[in-house]
Amino acid sequence: MTTTATRPAPHAEATAPTTLTLAKAITAALHDAMAADEKVLLMGEDIGRLGGVFRVTDGLQAAFGEDRVVDTPLAEASILGTAVGLALRGYRPVCEIQFDGFVYPAFSQIVSQLAKMPARLAGAGTVPVVVRIPYGGGIGAVEHHSESPEAYFAHTAGLRVIAPATPQDAYWMLRQALTQPDPLVVMEPKRRYWDKGAVTAGAASLAEAPALHSARVARPVSAERAAAGGAVTVVAYGPTVRVALDAAQAAAEEGVELEVVDLRSLSPLDTGTVVESAQRTGRVVVVHEAPVFLGMGAEVAARVTEAAFHSLEAPVLRVGGFAVPYPAARVEEHYLPDAERLLDAVDRVLAR
Amino acid sequence: MPDAVPAPDAAVQLLDPSGTRREDARWGALVSGVGAEQLRERYRDMALVRRFDAEATALQRQGELALWASGTGQEAAQVGAARALAPQDHVFPTYREHGIAWVRGVDPLQVLSLYRGASHGGWDPRASGFHPYTLVIGAQLPHATGYAMGVQRDGDVATGDPARDTAVLACFGDGASSQGEVSEALNWAAVFRAPVVFFCQNNGWAISSPTSRQFAAPLARRAEGFGVPGVQVDGNDVLAVEAVVREAADRARSGGGPTLVEALTFRVAAHTTSDDSSRYRPREEDELWATRDPLTRVEAHLRATGGADDAFFDAVRAEGDELGARVRRGVREMADPEPLSMFDHAYAGDHPLVAQERAWLEGWIATEPEEAR
Repeated sequence: MTTTATRPAPHAEATAPTTLTLAKAITAALHDAMAADEKVLLMGEDIGRLGGVFRVTDGLQAAFGEDRVVDTPLAEASILGTAVGLALRGYRPVCEIQFDGFVYPAFSQIVSQLAKMPARLAGAGTVPVVVRIPYGGGIGAVEHHSESPEAYFAHTAGLRVIAPATPQDAYWMLRQALTQPDPLVVMEPKRRYWDKGAVTAGAASLAEAPALHSARVARPVSAERAAAGGAVTVVAYGPTVRVALDAAQAAAEEGVELEVVDLRSLSPLDTGTVVESAQRTGRVVVVHEAPVFLGMGAEVAARVTEAAFHSLEAPVLRVGGFAVPYPAARVEEHYLPDAERLLDAVDRVLAR
Repeated sequence: MPDAVPAPDAAVQLLDPSGTRREDARWGALVSGVGAEQLRERYRDMALVRRFDAEATALQRQGELALWASGTGQEAAQVGAARALAPQDHVFPTYREHGIAWVRGVDPLQVLSLYRGASHGGWDPRASGFHPYTLVIGAQLPHATGYAMGVQRDGDVATGDPARDTAVLACFGDGASSQGEVSEALNWAAVFRAPVVFFCQNNGWAISSPTSRQFAAPLARRAEGFGVPGVQVDGNDVLAVEAVVREAADRARSGGGPTLVEALTFRVAAHTTSDDSSRYRPREEDELWATRDPLTRVEAHLRATGGADDAFFDAVRAEGDELGARVRRGVREMADPEPLSMFDHAYAGDHPLVAQERAWLEGWIATEPEEAR
């Protein structure tokens, strides 16, 4: 078997910012990573000729050939299992899971094989498999197409988990994911796939990128304003970053300032950035789509409470999904945390 | 009681239980190079592996190992398969592949460190072409298939260079055949014509469940449904296994895709040292399979044909005792891993939480009272 496809040269310099959707930013990152490293290959259902159900891999099979953009049999466990084997042979497979709710047949391979393989090998090899999972609700889909399973993966030692929220982060974080040595899960906010933003691409642009596992203050509040009181830290990631920013705009009209922290990385977690913000504002609300019970918010709340207890003016509150299976699409708006529910929690930490 | 293990009469057999070498134009030609000297080597492998296995069982009984999964009775299947491989080939084993590990040059003490609870394996698969044991039943088969896809992409198939073309041996058992991933891996390898030899050692029992609980038709017949060749072989005949796996590996290396091999053998011991096979396995079955022993027939053949004499068998026995002593000493002297080593390979890259927790445990151990250490 040979790769006969043309191999475009990687971008040598950072290109001027262009406006891309989040989905196309991922496409660009995959393209550039494949051009830069011939060991990178993509595997998944319908990702080749079709370009994936969300068209994230559109055009990549034409550019890199069928050996590097592999339309696989319809078997998630083996998409992951064969990726482990390819990684053991020196490849960097990127597995696309078609929808969040379809990852579970591969769960055993991810948790019992991929995540534990580095410890089993004890230094005799690495398995840098990247698993891309379009996740979250709000797209009016049928069952299994709207779930937020990030806590399972963040809870699993041996995995890294990231959740980009913007097109620029999607580009940079995918590029960074494809040069680091560990198994990594990318939670892609599928209802934000069509959000547009400026993206600076190319290898040189990576020098400007923040560290892969750092959080980002997406909307800062000045120290003076925070000291004056009435400011709240909102911790979000993936699809709820925009919910938090929308809420911040509404709150500002009422004289309440929200400092929005975009976690970007769920494991490892940049606790420092969150704690620093909590120490300034004294009030923290965490928002995610996954059920609140044992979700990422619980970990953030516990770590903030341990590290910033004496700065807190109120208990850390969590806003998220309920303890029910993801509901039918016609009522999902009542399940998903929106700006209104987030602002209600903001009011509560402010005792308003 | 169900008929647990099919009689190997219909399977490929080159050396019958009495030690008579059978004429076979197709399969015999594949091992025509195995004369008296080579048979003595295979006998030595099997005898040493059996001796090692007995020592490991004793070490478990003495509390030196947490567990042992005996491979006794399966020496011909494992040594035969391993002898059919080239150095560049790669093996994805179950946790009972001690005979293949031996032939591939894995240090027996490393295998025992896993069963002692001192490691999760830790041998370098790049050095031996032998992957660490996988304990989740059947999970290594997709790994084998993926590895073989990598072999294809590296161009290491069908070059005609015997030192380059590469096959992957995917080991599993009769119990594993019920796992979805085993069928997935077979199908996947067939679809991509990946260079894999699917090597099932049907040893009759998955802990207490006989093969009749795993499949209703002979396993090898599944091959047709996947569109690959399937062969049933007498797994206690080291020559036949070598011939069958050699053909399958040659097919894989030359671009002909995967093969399913079902080797009919018998798990002489219980599933592991924690198991008691007298609770579920009729004694008659043990007695029947004792007449099909993989070592006895090679010894009978070598003696009858003048290929080996008492001096040879005495020497192998003495070598086995030496190996046993080395293994016994090595296990008893095996140091526990440093506690902080648990953090060493959780991630290959930097991980702040792991670093923080490592530092915490280091401090905790340092301040523990002496007697608690």
